[in-house]
Amino acid sequence: MSMLEYSSAAWARGGLLAMRSVPEAALGDRVVVRDHTGRSRSGQVIRTSADLVLVQIFEGTDNLDLERTWVRFLDKPFELALAPEVLGRVFNGVGQPRDGRPPIVARLSRNVNGASINPAARAYPREFIQTGISTIDGMNTLVRGQKLPVFSGSGLPHNRLAAQIVRQAKLLHAGKAESHGDFALVFAAMGVSHSDARFFEESFEESGVLGQVATFINLADDPPIERLILPRVALTCAEYLAFDLDMHVLVVMTDMTYYAEALREIATGKGDVPARKGFPGYLYSDLAEIYERAGRIRGKAGSITLIPVVSMPSDDITHPVPDLTGYITEGQIVLSRELAAANVQPPVAVLPSLSRLMKDGIGEGMTREDHARVASQLFASYAKAQEVRSLAAIIGAEELSEEDNRYLQFAEAFENRFVSQGEREDRSIFQTLDLAWEVLSLLPKEALTRLSEKDLDARYRQAAAE
Amino acid sequence: MSGQGSILDIQGPIVVAQLPNARTGEQVKLGKLGLMGEVIAREDARAIVQVYENTEGLRPGEPATALGEPLSVELGPGILGGIFDGLQRPLETMLKETGERIERGLVIPAIDSAKKWPFVPQEELKVGARIGGGAILGTVQENETITHRILVPPEVAGELIDLAPAGDYTVDEAIGRVRDRQGHIHKLHLSSRWPVRMPRPFSKRDHAVQPLITGQRIMDTFFPLLKGGKGAIPGPFGAGKTVLQQQIARWSDAQIVIYVGCGERGNELTEVLDTFPKLSDPRSGRPLMERTLLVANTSNMPVVAREVSVYVGMTIAEYFRDQGYDVVMVADSTSRWAEALREVAGRLGQLPVEEGYPAYLGSTLAAFYERAGRVETLSGGHGSVTLIGAVSPPGGDFSEPVTSHTKDIIQTFWALSKDLADARHYPSVDWLESFSLFVDTAARWWHENVSEDWLQLRNKSLRLLTEAEELNRIVNLVGVEALSSQQRWTLESARLVREGLLQQSALEPKDSFCSPEKQYLLLSLMIDIYNRGAEMLRLGMSVQELLRLPLLAKARRWKIAYASDELEGLKQEARDIVPLFDALRAEYASPTAKKPQEQEAGQ
Ligand SMILES: Nc1ncnc2c1ncn2[C@@H]1O[C@H](COP(=O)(O)OP(=O)(O)OP(=O)(O)O)[C@@H](O)[C@H]1O
Ligand SMILES: [Mg+2]
Repeated sequence: MSMLEYSSAAWARGGLLAMRSVPEAALGDRVVVRDHTGRSRSGQVIRTSADLVLVQIFEGTDNLDLERTWVRFLDKPFELALAPEVLGRVFNGVGQPRDGRPPIVARLSRNVNGASINPAARAYPREFIQTGISTIDGMNTLVRGQKLPVFSGSGLPHNRLAAQIVRQAKLLHAGKAESHGDFALVFAAMGVSHSDARFFEESFEESGVLGQVATFINLADDPPIERLILPRVALTCAEYLAFDLDMHVLVVMTDMTYYAEALREIATGKGDVPARKGFPGYLYSDLAEIYERAGRIRGKAGSITLIPVVSMPSDDITHPVPDLTGYITEGQIVLSRELAAANVQPPVAVLPSLSRLMKDGIGEGMTREDHARVASQLFASYAKAQEVRSLAAIIGAEELSEEDNRYLQFAEAFENRFVSQGEREDRSIFQTLDLAWEVLSLLPKEALTRLSEKDLDARYRQAAAE
Repeated sequence: MSGQGSILDIQGPIVVAQLPNARTGEQVKLGKLGLMGEVIAREDARAIVQVYENTEGLRPGEPATALGEPLSVELGPGILGGIFDGLQRPLETMLKETGERIERGLVIPAIDSAKKWPFVPQEELKVGARIGGGAILGTVQENETITHRILVPPEVAGELIDLAPAGDYTVDEAIGRVRDRQGHIHKLHLSSRWPVRMPRPFSKRDHAVQPLITGQRIMDTFFPLLKGGKGAIPGPFGAGKTVLQQQIARWSDAQIVIYVGCGERGNELTEVLDTFPKLSDPRSGRPLMERTLLVANTSNMPVVAREVSVYVGMTIAEYFRDQGYDVVMVADSTSRWAEALREVAGRLGQLPVEEGYPAYLGSTLAAFYERAGRVETLSGGHGSVTLIGAVSPPGGDFSEPVTSHTKDIIQTFWALSKDLADARHYPSVDWLESFSLFVDTAARWWHENVSEDWLQLRNKSLRLLTEAEELNRIVNLVGVEALSSQQRWTLESARLVREGLLQQSALEPKDSFCSPEKQYLLLSLMIDIYNRGAEMLRLGMSVQELLRLPLLAKARRWKIAYASDELEGLKQEARDIVPLFDALRAEYASPTAKKPQEQEAGQ
């Protein structure tokens, strides 16, 4: 069957090509389409019956001449060729080289859709990753195998934050950072601009990891439909590195909103029933298929830690893409336009941020004994300080009580000293926690009820409080 | 009964097959891969099949076989402590047999057929006796916590012509025989099958009478649920639905817990699998896993199996109810199940009514929740299924269809709030939005078992919280100085109730579970402090002085200072309050008392 070429195209639009009388094409089959210019495109069967086969074409259907389009069904699913040499290479969304070098010599190939991990096979992630960023390490700790997205908005420095994490991330062994040997990075870019792509490349180069990165790129001016397969291709590569080659893989995916918009475009073309904002009802399951590929597996040394970047259209966290992402991932790091405007770098809004796996990765033996309580106190005090701030905005700071004024001072110090650190500052978790005590000590002892009396005796700084 | 046919059309999880005699609800096996599905509609000779597994690789022309039976679960000893997928395939066995990724087309029985179980026949039961469906034939000690009662299947009745002696049997060996009226002989086994979409029968519904004690103050003390009740936990992402459900699974005084992970994270189930065997039931002291069963269809597993997973869980829950147990089923998240319904409806071209959901969403949810309840079983005992569903409204908007339909159905509503969660006030149950229709019934239990003034104290603390909410509105307009001393004290006391009582961290070793006695003690202590403070204000103490009492910071730490089995300490704290205030009272009530230091501001 794979030798036969069919030219029975019935219609083509919006990335979809319908073929008549192709007997027995299997769902999910990989397809090669040759157009009248001789260029070939790759596709996949998304619906199949005896009369009509629907193919989605990842390079898009622009410029297809139905009479002069030849389609070959490869009789196998969409697979990615894999070998250790993927590291250091740049590919497009379907896994073909984009760096002008020859295709890699495959050791093996894998279905890009993967198969779901048996929940009984998972190992619960608990190893602390020190990112050197106080708002993350101190309050929203990342652990190996976690999926932790960055929620951002246009013009906010999410790329810089992602690059800083890549640059600084390390594991601690007995307080010391470990070597980089088994570390790999998979970078998946969907719909990003040329300059963003260049920013990442330069930043990987500068941090000396370029040889450890497999890059999959679909730029803003590439066909949107290719974005549908790209994250699957990239994660197939990540799974190979993590679970075949025992590497610790960090996957940075940007921007999931463009991915979802491409999905919406195709879904609308297929006539799928929309749920919210025109996105199809299966967006949740579709995103979950991607995000749930992160994690750890019992008995395997490697791991996949996933940091998707999700831009929130109009800064709206309830928009379907961030919303559904938040329902799937293990927390989120939210960037704030206000903090960015106040020159706080990175502008992490800690209150809506969350790391669900933090609780098992911190504490004695992993970070420090007081970590959980300090984090909890920072959240509580900063939340209270925000209330005081809005009160001050109404009645004026002069009218505030003395205690309230101390909350204002605390909030200032917290944002300017703890949150703000700049792109180049790599803080150890101990520095982060000490800094936390420094700012918390601006508040009266009695207000710090989430800390134990023992903590207060040991670490509260009387001087700072005066 | 099985029919042969072939596949015509494949689109995602929906397959159309030529299958002239298939009935709706019937199981179908598809293609060379042997994927399992279920007929959801018939059109002429064609059957529309929803497939429980990923359909990639299926081809038109491949065979389709109707299997003659609706989707059923296997019920018998050996299912507790296990984790199953949405089709009741044992995930641990799958892991051993096929590796860490789930393969398709696997048929693995839920119960290990080689394992022998110690069966003890019911003593009074004699051969020749007339027995009906649901009668208890005997017992199997499944583990140290649970005695599995072996029931005559509900549809069987007649004369017992044979009952095996005590001994070890596999689930496939006959342990008895019954001759029915028509003279048919039915073999009885330790296990039996039941179709998941059909509620299991019982004699009659009973009133729910006892609160489900979850060890969570915001639930037990403020918004109680009864054993046999229906509750919902709606909330935006990250608000704490899963943690609360896990807390219920851990600490509630149910005898059996069915935890259905429906369209949620794999790691959350891994966490339960990791931690439950190491945790012990605060009452029996036995490992929690002995009374727990997990059904897992994680978000990356096929969507149709997600829809059936809640029915699989419910049928298992009813099976233990019929043995006379109090069962709790938690379903995380019912929204994912509703979305699975929506997806199938959408692919069938059914007309969407709201946000893409089909018109039957409300009635499907209601029919499902109706399977909860306390009943008199066929054998005359009592059992209950308490159902607690998490709801995940898009954008946290409670007016969306799944939340609003669910709210009409359930009796206890624990509304989680993003604002509270953002401020790390956990559990983030919003005391103004939540409700329980069971407060009066629960009060009877509290009054009999804990203290006569429970309802009064509970209502008082809720009133305090509501009043504080209004006062806060004033403060936000004109500042705290506009409040009277009493009002400021109300505000402060409400904060004390929030922080010292409502907030309860699941991670705090001494406070993750809070016994009813401890709940009551904390509640009465907070109200006591409030009352005594109010009295001091009347005697002329200034509110500033009152707020400076170190007692207030201390009181917030009591919950984590004393575990439920260290209540003597807490009682001592209660006793220590008396002299503290006595001394203050003496100071202010004496002739040389300080005068009020300020005129009360405001009205
Ligand atoms: N009772 C609690 N005690 C301590 N921490 C809690 C509690 N409830 C929630 N949390 C914190 O909030 C995080 C998120 O809670 P959870 O996973 O239950 O949210 P969720 O409502 O189930 O979200 P989603 O809808 O995305 O699944 C937890 O990982 C934990 O850090
Ligand atoms: Mg959850």
